[in-house]
Amino acid sequence: MSIAAALPGRAAGNPGIAIGGALTLALLLTAALSLLWTPYSPYAIDVPHRLALPSMRHWFGTDALGRDVVSMLMVGAQNSILVGVIAVSVGLLAGTALGALAAARRGWVEEAAMRLADFTFAFPAILSAIMLTALLGAGIVNSIVAIGIFNVPIFARVTRGSAKAVWQRDFVLAARAAGRAPLGITLVHVLPNILSALIVQATIQFANAILWEAALAYLGLGTQPPQPSWGRMLNDAQAQLFQAPWLALFPGVAIMLAVLGLNLLGDGLRDLYDPRMARR
Amino acid sequence: MPRTACVIAALALALLPAPAPAEEKKTTLVLGMVLEPPGLDPTSGAAAAIGEVTQYNIYEGLTRITAEGTLAPLLAESWTVSPDRRTYRFALRRGVRFQNGEPFTAADVKFSFARAAAPGSTNKEKAVFADIAAIDTPDPATVAITLTRADPNFLFSLGESTGVILEPKSADGDATHPIGTGPFQFESWVKGASITLAKWPGYRDAAAIGLERATFRIISDPAAQTAALLAGDVDAFPRFGALDSLKQFQGDARFTVTIGSTEGKTILAINNKRKPLDDVRVRRAIAAAIDRTAVIDGASNGMGVPIGSHYTPNDPFYIDLTGLSPYDPAKARALLAEAGVSLPLKLTLTLPPPPYARQGGQIVAAELAEIGVEARIETVEWAQWLDGVYKRKNYDLTMISHVEPRDLAIYANPDYYFQYDSAEFRAILDKVGAAADAGERGRWLEAAQRRLAEDQVNAFLYVLPQVTVAKKGVAGLWRNSPIFANDLAAVSWQ
Repeated sequence: MSIAAALPGRAAGNPGIAIGGALTLALLLTAALSLLWTPYSPYAIDVPHRLALPSMRHWFGTDALGRDVVSMLMVGAQNSILVGVIAVSVGLLAGTALGALAAARRGWVEEAAMRLADFTFAFPAILSAIMLTALLGAGIVNSIVAIGIFNVPIFARVTRGSAKAVWQRDFVLAARAAGRAPLGITLVHVLPNILSALIVQATIQFANAILWEAALAYLGLGTQPPQPSWGRMLNDAQAQLFQAPWLALFPGVAIMLAVLGLNLLGDGLRDLYDPRMARR
Repeated sequence: MPRTACVIAALALALLPAPAPAEEKKTTLVLGMVLEPPGLDPTSGAAAAIGEVTQYNIYEGLTRITAEGTLAPLLAESWTVSPDRRTYRFALRRGVRFQNGEPFTAADVKFSFARAAAPGSTNKEKAVFADIAAIDTPDPATVAITLTRADPNFLFSLGESTGVILEPKSADGDATHPIGTGPFQFESWVKGASITLAKWPGYRDAAAIGLERATFRIISDPAAQTAALLAGDVDAFPRFGALDSLKQFQGDARFTVTIGSTEGKTILAINNKRKPLDDVRVRRAIAAAIDRTAVIDGASNGMGVPIGSHYTPNDPFYIDLTGLSPYDPAKARALLAEAGVSLPLKLTLTLPPPPYARQGGQIVAAELAEIGVEARIETVEWAQWLDGVYKRKNYDLTMISHVEPRDLAIYANPDYYFQYDSAEFRAILDKVGAAADAGERGRWLEAAQRRLAEDQVNAFLYVLPQVTVAKKGVAGLWRNSPIFANDLAAVSWQ
């Protein structure tokens, strides 16, 4: 398509997308590297060297049990990406299906689907996620489920809104006149035309998922020890805030950079894909 | 996140200069405490925090457990014990009144103990009162109590917060507005923040009380505890939780730091009914896999005394049994092999919120991994722990500190959450109760400790330290914690 062809040229003129892309890439590379190598094992407890200051041996110091903070952060990145990717995929698949169905069928199906989405929106997502993990039990799987569920209505709304506009377009009317079934029209004509909106939304939801996972882990409801998680590292660091402030600093900065990177990337992509921007 | 906001606010406060000390002698005190009590009636709630606020201050019992852990008279001036050690005759203190003006008599003692033993009673030590066969009140200043069987700890139990004397008309409202015979009366409770007590002018010895008003401020976050002390918001913090910041206070002339001991027996509790934990060799393997020193260093900053049974060095007839379960991973592996356990053995390890559990538990899990036991950690809040582990016994391993003094009797209850069912141990405890003299009692108490260590009911780790940080000038705080109490009558500013 013409928009896709014009993308690389316009990306160069957008510093947000460059910075966001670089930060996101760094996050992915760190996680990938941690699968192969970390300076120390993130599970290796070394009590005599607890709360060590950042040094050449331990770049970011050690935590209250003497574990290496760099190693824990690296493996924590894996954890954040795992939760983000799965939770967003769940939301993307279910939400898009629901939204596309609503746009294609209209009538009571649309009403029912959108009121269901409104209903889920009425609860603050993080509060509902806390409730859900408290109910199902703490753990990484349940936090993925909780975050995934609250991604569904977000994608359903984006899909339905964009899809309804596409359904009004002439080529869709032509396809309908030619007798194509609604499912075929949705797959062939509607989805490719709303893909950009979904990609932008997915990037931003990825950032939110990382933030929510950190919040759940901070509250002790997400990833369970000893599996490292940025949110739980923050919680653990809180007790030593006066003796070892760097323990709170490093995971805090990691969360901030990851979320910032994904948000910049999302914003940049939106600017790129937006047809109004294309006319400039 | 509100907790973070609190910490930031506390940080900001810490940077402000401390207010200048007042010229005249201070008569108010702000004490920090970690957990908020769920009510203020220690005879109906199990939380140790209730006693921390109310015992000796608002309520009094017949006997008093002193700061040294010994027994002294309180509402009972003296007592005699029958030769079969089943009947106790108490001479009550005369002229004592409750804070609502009612006189204290033998009828109140009978009422309180009958209430604790009643079918609907939620008294933590209900078993003690259920063992009472009869309470006679020949005159208002005399109580005679007959037990169904001899209980060597009976007088001691009456000194715990669960044995305090309530006034019949006000008893039902005690959870929110406590009424007792003590030197302080309840003034206000700001839920989630603080509880304030004021000196009661009608107290029998009111002139000797050094404080006019005392406030318990609830601060559960260790970093916020440090901040509150540094900012001068809190005058003293018994059971201080931020052990990592102790060096800072020890080096600061404005504060005094004391390190004593508690009755908090920190153990890795084992579900004795679950397979393969019902095999004593597996339990011994688990105990041998744990290096107590590493746990004490990592979870309690190196402060804490190792123990080998469910008994502390403060208790009478204590014997050091740590030698029965030394750190020996090779022996642990051999024991597992001997028991025919297929490795890796997968178990769950449930951890409640305190640092000894959350930090100590991760060390234990890492050490168990060394011998091929995969302990999957589940972190829980107190409510979940009480329901899942304590009540429904749905666990394999859990880290917990039992703070009640001399509580060997919990092992005689096969329905307790350890699920330890030993007729031999029950027979030993009965012999302790029936012992004719101290020497014989001591021998059986030693046998009881040894039995628990040999059966390795749980992995016995260490005694929690009692760390108190106070401003210079606060005198009379307990160094040790034989029971969870803050005796404010003894506290004053120097």
